[in-house]
Amino acid sequence: MATLELRGVEKFFGTTQVIHDMNLSVADGELVVFVGPSGCGKSTLLRMIAGLETLSSGEIHIDGRRVDYQPPSRRGIAMVFQSYALYPHKDVRGNLGFSLKHDKVEKSEIDRRVNIAADILGLQDLMSRKPRELSGGQRQRVAIGRAIVREPKVFLFDEPLSNLDAALRVHMRVEILKLHQRLQNTMVYVTHDQVEAMTLADRIVVFRAGRVEQTGTPLELYRTPANRFVAGFIGSPAMNFLNITCKHGTVLLAERSVCQSTHPDGEATLGVRPEHLQVDESGPFSGEVSVFEHLGGEAFVHLTLSDGQELVARLDGEHRFKPGDTCTLGIAAEKCHVFNQAGLRVDR
Amino acid sequence: MRRVQDQLSSAGIHLVLLAWTLLALFPLTLIVINSFKTRKAIFGDPLGLPTGKALTLSGYESVMTNSDFPMFFSNSLIVTSVSLFLILLFGAMAAHAVSEYEFRGNSIISLYLIVGIMVPIRLGTVALLNLIVDLGLANTLTALILVYTAQGLPIAIFIFSEFLRSVSREIKDSARIDGLSEYRIFFEVVIPLVRPVIATVAVFSMIPIWNDLWFPLILSPGEETRTVTLGVQQFIGQYSVKWGSVLAALSVAILPVLIMYVIFSRQLIRGITSGAVKG
Ligand SMILES: Nc1ncnc2c1ncn2[C@@H]1O[C@H](COP(=O)(O)OP(=O)(O)OP(=O)(O)O)[C@@H](O)[C@H]1O
Ligand SMILES: [Mg+2]
Repeated sequence: MATLELRGVEKFFGTTQVIHDMNLSVADGELVVFVGPSGCGKSTLLRMIAGLETLSSGEIHIDGRRVDYQPPSRRGIAMVFQSYALYPHKDVRGNLGFSLKHDKVEKSEIDRRVNIAADILGLQDLMSRKPRELSGGQRQRVAIGRAIVREPKVFLFDEPLSNLDAALRVHMRVEILKLHQRLQNTMVYVTHDQVEAMTLADRIVVFRAGRVEQTGTPLELYRTPANRFVAGFIGSPAMNFLNITCKHGTVLLAERSVCQSTHPDGEATLGVRPEHLQVDESGPFSGEVSVFEHLGGEAFVHLTLSDGQELVARLDGEHRFKPGDTCTLGIAAEKCHVFNQAGLRVDR
Repeated sequence: MRRVQDQLSSAGIHLVLLAWTLLALFPLTLIVINSFKTRKAIFGDPLGLPTGKALTLSGYESVMTNSDFPMFFSNSLIVTSVSLFLILLFGAMAAHAVSEYEFRGNSIISLYLIVGIMVPIRLGTVALLNLIVDLGLANTLTALILVYTAQGLPIAIFIFSEFLRSVSREIKDSARIDGLSEYRIFFEVVIPLVRPVIATVAVFSMIPIWNDLWFPLILSPGEETRTVTLGVQQFIGQYSVKWGSVLAALSVAILPVLIMYVIFSRQLIRGITSGAVKG
């Protein structure tokens, strides 16, 4: 049980700065998810928390104790890597117990902890197998088990599921959530996956180029993204962005009124999520269907609006369109997001 | 249809391999066969099997009892195994250092370590001889061990660093989080991962050392420090050559190479890294 706090953390590789003045605190028992585009510094930050990468400046505190000058093994963390990183020449039991054996923990205590971890993760039948004799999902479970036996204050996950196929990923995601509910540990979880971020996180931190763009609960980020970047990053399929003009507090798309906004007169960007659009003959979004994808329960319609802008909508599965059809969509005014020229969200 | 074709082509491949094996084994077999024959039979019927009157163990007898061969053999064994151990140890450690750690001058140092591949060490024989004499190491096995270690290191470092670079960084990081020191990471995590490479390097380094005649002749030709290749020369006299003894000595000298090869080749084949990371 522990808190994690970053104070003014920065990181340079040579002369390029990859982490800029990072301040972040994670509460006890909280599961925080880091998301952001590739190369924005998520792994680097996680490795700095773990002690695998030095800090260029700043401080890291775990459980109220400053740890950034301590080696990884003293920080009370455990890390699960994307590539599992199991010791190939040790069997599952050996992999699970290795860190404890090294710490000179008593044999009976090692067995106890290894067995608990094996029970939690359903590894009991695999204990004497080598990693190469395991499936991807089983390997990742061993990797998580190896983290559990350390009984760390903070768990660090770096894209632990991205090597697994889609079905297994869903399964393991649920297992990690169960694990978190059972252990109530503080966890930091890096992912590329929208769904993982939304379902696992108590709080999401959105990164861009080594800076925090926004932090908040998944729903806060979904409902009130601070800027266009976060709006486009959170939610799947991604939000549509349309060029609009504002006149006297009204948002106009090709002369048709969409909603009200406090944005001053001039050019702006309208953000609408695909799932908030509905077929509505009097709606403001009218255009020609270019692609229609039917997934059974739902359908995606890709529109080319009369002014040439593209729009994707998620409709329920009853609708049928053919390419070339005309389709008119509407949206509830409170679901519209207006972003100014700088990309910041403007209140209604 | 497909099956038949597959079988045919696999039979063809095996035929070629078999022919190659026979060709490669022929001189070896000839040495071994003739080592069991009398002098007359060696010259009378070189390809004949050692049967009946032709069979004799006198070559082995004279090698084992009437000569210093056992000492030459143990000299060779000591020189080869100690050099091999040092090459593997220092080669792997140096390669680990330059491929794992980022430090100033890293690339210069790695270049320096492997540039010896391009410079034949024999070019420096005179300088080496002077150095060895100055160090008072002439006519010692230590001299040979030092020179062979130096000779074997560049290629060993080169091969090791290619493979060590491909060892997953995350495994080493896991070990760091598990609290292992850098030395234990090297010995307990990295080394087991590259065992097949160690076998490769060992086989490549061992044979030139075992077979070398040049440095034993120059650096330690003394009675006590001769190696097998040099020692065998004593059976080749000015007026007569004891062929039986020469061949017997050579046959025995093949054994260690053969044994080490059998040990290492099992390692060569075993793909121990599979399953370490994704896949
Ligand atoms: N050892 C290093 N030396 C120099 N630059 C590095 C090093 N490690 C990472 N970087 C750079 O730092 C930046 C952040 O890398 P990082 O791996 O943290 O990204 P990431 O957010 O984890 O990306 P991804 O989502 O693709 O995993 C990248 O631009 C990368 O090129
Ligand atoms: Mg990463």
